[in-house]
Amino acid sequence: MSKIIGGIATSHIPAIGVAMDKGLENEPYWKDFFAAYPPVRQWLDAQQPDIAIVFYNDHGLEFFLDRKPTFAVGTAAQYLNADEGWGIKPIPPITGETELSWHIVNSLVEDGFDPTVCQEMRVDHGLTVPLSLMYPGHNYQHLQVIPVCINCERHPMPKPSRSFALGEAIGRAVESWSGDKKVVMFGTGGLSHQLDGERAGYINHEFDHYCLDQLVPNPHALTRYSNGDLVKIAGSQGVELAMWLAMRGALPGKLTELHRSYHAPISNTGAGVMLIQND
Amino acid sequence: MTIPHSPPGTQVFDGPMATQGYALNKLCYSFNEAAGREAFLADESGYCDRFGLSAEQKAALLGRDVLALQALGGSIYYLAKFAGVLGLGVQDVGGLQTGMSTDEFKAMLVDGGNRRFGEYDYE
Repeated sequence: MSKIIGGIATSHIPAIGVAMDKGLENEPYWKDFFAAYPPVRQWLDAQQPDIAIVFYNDHGLEFFLDRKPTFAVGTAAQYLNADEGWGIKPIPPITGETELSWHIVNSLVEDGFDPTVCQEMRVDHGLTVPLSLMYPGHNYQHLQVIPVCINCERHPMPKPSRSFALGEAIGRAVESWSGDKKVVMFGTGGLSHQLDGERAGYINHEFDHYCLDQLVPNPHALTRYSNGDLVKIAGSQGVELAMWLAMRGALPGKLTELHRSYHAPISNTGAGVMLIQND
Repeated sequence: MTIPHSPPGTQVFDGPMATQGYALNKLCYSFNEAAGREAFLADESGYCDRFGLSAEQKAALLGRDVLALQALGGSIYYLAKFAGVLGLGVQDVGGLQTGMSTDEFKAMLVDGGNRRFGEYDYE
């Protein structure tokens, strides 16, 4: 009987990875941002999860526009990071997990979801920056990772409510799996930001705090939005709330918010962190 | 569904835009490889022709006109790779799009972000 021990939400801005590479964590620009992470690392160290299911979005590394899955699940024994074209140093190989991955895929299809199944996939900063944040020094090889990729790049995208439902289905899959493992859910991306157009640099602090307030007790306050709503309220890339919602959907038990932080701007983004225990 | 009313100053990247911008985005996607970056820098015009860009897309790319590139179907995720080839970061690109210097754009972010097109109720 496996156990979902909790969920972690975090931004995955590439500049975070660059700052860690360059050892800038204590610089004035970064100090308050990185100060949010030690409590999350300590919790992970105390809990020692075996498997992390990471909801993230690809930014044109593995998936180009020629074939763009709405939902993709990795079933590989290992995942590689690679050059994204603009200066993030690739991180060492990430350990995969095959048994639960396939169980999730089978369970999702039975549950009415039709994910793209990837026996090989390169993972980009959406997945790797959170791993680097949680395990400084790239000390994550002991952790088995199952990537779940959600399209946030080209409309149409899955509705926020659908991403939440995907998370719920994955939570059910984990609970029905015979393996005896501790599983943690990561939701990466967000919060409000916009990279494109004359509205570039849009950040909505008030909405970001609202998301942090609602996520644990009242996630349906957030799933009621359309992606069009999120583009307006949270910026073009605010649709990355999808991954936070999927993570939250995957937590089935009694939830306790153990830690949160919000810092804006980091790069062009409202950067949020949340740690949720699932009992 | 296409986004019915995209906010001002925002180019929503949907199917029609992806159709229009396919070759342009494919060119930028090739910048994931060092060989693509080097080949582009060695012969920018020839590289555009190799990928079949339209005359307007080619002119916008050679002219580093980020807003025009988006209007012609460029996705910001792929244009970011182009910016990387030029040695620009996302905040430089933000400045280019908003008519600010990079420092002005950064100061605007610290000051609460770009709200000049208004805000939307969320509750």
